[in-house]
This record gives sequence, C-alpha cells and structure tokens, in this order.
Amino acid sequence: MGDPSFSPRDRAWHPPGYTPDYRSTRLRAPRQALICMDPTPTELTGPVFGHHDLGPLDDDLIVNYARPGHCAQGSRIIVHGKLIDEAGRPLPGKLIEIWQANAGGRYRHVNDGYLAPLDDNFGGCGRCLSGADGSYRFRTIQPGPYPFPNGGNDWRPAHIHFSVFGDGFVQRLITQMYFEGDPHIASCPIAQSIPSQQAIDRLVARFDLENTIPMDIRAYRFDIILRGPNATPHDMDNH
Amino acid sequence: MRAHKETPSQTAGPYVHIGCVPAIARLGPRPLGTQLGAQMIRGPTCGELILVEMTIRDGADDPVRDALVEIWQAGPEGRFGVTENFCNWGRQAVDFATGQAGFSTLKPGPNGPFAPHILVWIVARGINVGLTTRIYFPEFDNRQDPVFALAGRRARTLVATPAAHGYAHEIRLQGERETVFFDV
Repeated sequence: MGDPSFSPRDRAWHPPGYTPDYRSTRLRAPRQALICMDPTPTELTGPVFGHHDLGPLDDDLIVNYARPGHCAQGSRIIVHGKLIDEAGRPLPGKLIEIWQANAGGRYRHVNDGYLAPLDDNFGGCGRCLSGADGSYRFRTIQPGPYPFPNGGNDWRPAHIHFSVFGDGFVQRLITQMYFEGDPHIASCPIAQSIPSQQAIDRLVARFDLENTIPMDIRAYRFDIILRGPNATPHDMDNH
Repeated sequence: MRAHKETPSQTAGPYVHIGCVPAIARLGPRPLGTQLGAQMIRGPTCGELILVEMTIRDGADDPVRDALVEIWQAGPEGRFGVTENFCNWGRQAVDFATGQAGFSTLKPGPNGPFAPHILVWIVARGINVGLTTRIYFPEFDNRQDPVFALAGRRARTLVATPAAHGYAHEIRLQGERETVFFDV
C-alpha cells in the first residue's frame, strides 16, 4: 500500500504557516512548532480510488455542468501533465481533483458574491485518475482573476486548485496552478507566501503549443511532484 | 537522493467545497459531482459505530466554518483495508451553520505499540499547508503510544471527549490549548 519510508518534507520550500500578508493566516496558523514524528503504518497508507468513483465527464469541465449541447464560456484550454514522485517515478491511478472560478472570476459557490456573473454552463469541479504513466488531462476554460478581501487592493492571479492523493497520506497535497505570464502572481500574497521564486515557478503552468489542437483548444502543461522514497545508502553512493 | 522537489503547497481557499465536497457549494440547479469520502460505513459491519464530531477553533476562539476535514484510520482490528463494508477514509466539510464536521465511523482498534487513533488532516482558507493531527480515545492508556508520547504535556489536546453517540473533539489552531500538529 505504501513505501516503507518517505523523504522528509522540506518545510522551508513550502510556505510557512504564518504569512501575515495573507491575512487569513493570522488567526489560523498554529503558533507552536510542529512536532516531528516518523511515519507509522497510518501515515504510510492511504485511500485507493477507482474509475467507479468517477463520472464519465468528470475530467471535462467544458461540458460536465453544461446543458446538453452547450459549452462553458471562456477560452478553451487543456491542462495536462504528469504526476510523479521526487524520485521521478510515475504515480498511476491516483485521484486528482480540481476546482476553479469561471472565465469572469466567479465561483459556483454559495459564499462567493463577486460581481462577475455565474455561467449557467460552468460548474468548476473536475476529477480524474492518473494514467499508467502518471499522466493526467483535463479540458476546461481559463479562469479569470478576481479580487479578494485581504485588507487592500488584492487580486488573485488566474488559478486552478489541485487536490492530489499519493500512495500514503504523507504525500497528500493541495496546491494551486497559475498561468505563465500572469502579472498578478508577483503581487499575490497567497502565491508569494512561498519563500523562493524557484518554488513559485513550479506552480506556473507553461503554454504548450505542441499539444494545442488547431481550431479547437490551447494547452497548458503542469507537472505535479509528490514526496518520494527516502534515499537509500546505495543512492547516496551515487552522489 | 531526490531528482525533484515536491510541488509546493498552497491554501485550499474558501471554495474547496466545489472540488472536494461539491454538494456543500450548493449553488445551481445541477449537482457538481459525486461526494467522495462521504460514507465510511457502506453496509452491515462489525465493530463499534461511533460519531466523531469535530470543532476547529481559530485564534479568536471562533469556529472555522469553511474548513475541509479528512480522516484516515484503522478498522476495529487495528488494520487498514480489511474491514468489510468499511472505508478507512472519510471526508467532510465543516457545516457552515453549526461549525462542526461529523464522521460516522467505526472505532479503530489498537495495533502493536499503537493505541487506537484517527489521523486528521485539515485544509482551509488561511492554512498554507494542510495540518496533520490525531485523535486518541480517553478510555485507553495512550501513554505507551510512541506518537502520543512525543506530544508530552500537550498530548491532552489529542484526546477526544465522550459525547452522545460517540466523541466530540475540539481542534484549536492557536492559543493556550493549541492542538498538537505533526510534521510527518
């Protein structure tokens, strides 16, 4: 069900819990240090998903909420990539869930009251299982940027939320994918909660001309990497 | 060694429901998708049925109403994936109105040195990296459990309270009784 061990999570690479420029962390980030523990069987295992868990259109957000014969409004895109671990091994059969705002930057959610209208034909919910080689693919529309209450003039870059499962619960990850060239990334306190530009760049999907379908849809590439196995003494010898 | 580094985490944000518990987003005429993890008990099963009701409180002592909670636990025999009609994984949103997330599940059993416990994983707006904690049960001697022991004096923040039909548990993100969270 899982690897005997996983490499430790590099906490300095991830955003710290308390990033006051992102206002919501002020009352929600734990103030005590996390307590380090070695994974037990509980953390080394995790849920397994199958195709019976998914609907036939779950990976196609252009049509999965649309009335028959209709499509979501906005710029049509493919978002695809590979799910691998830190050792570069593909992670097949893993559940990937996404959610996003519509082309105007509005979520189909009871708590979102942004001025931009809902799109009758767009829900914003998608999921799929990674393939045998770790590949995944969604069809969707490019989400719009939107403002959010953070004490100033704060805008979210266009983004798609990703929730990803691995073999073990220690690999569980939720993140956000941004789009190459978006000017909002540099000033977004949520994106900038990540300490290094190198790490932020890892969340920026690249425009992928090669996988664009002529006269139909553009493509963006976003690879996802989950925690991998601990280095063995043998591996260490090779470095 | 690592050929690559893990993809960095970002907050799940306030609209996590759309992707993970779509019925909760409740806006519009059609369902967004199926609700994975909603039912842990899927038929006649063995073991003790319990309801675990969690409240997550922020630094102002207010319930965190937009959080998503996942749990992962052994079955009554202390193992994973072996209990008939039981899914070891559950996922619930905190109820916007009550501020609670409830799981109908089976009480986990002990396994070797490990006292019965439930792994709890919390994401929400304002949480940059998902938080991992555990729930232990008051009727067991948890001090022998190697993970419980790591928490020292703060370990009492990991112990549930008996309640109607099961247990209640408060998770405090900040403050004097801040819950222990693990880096695992």
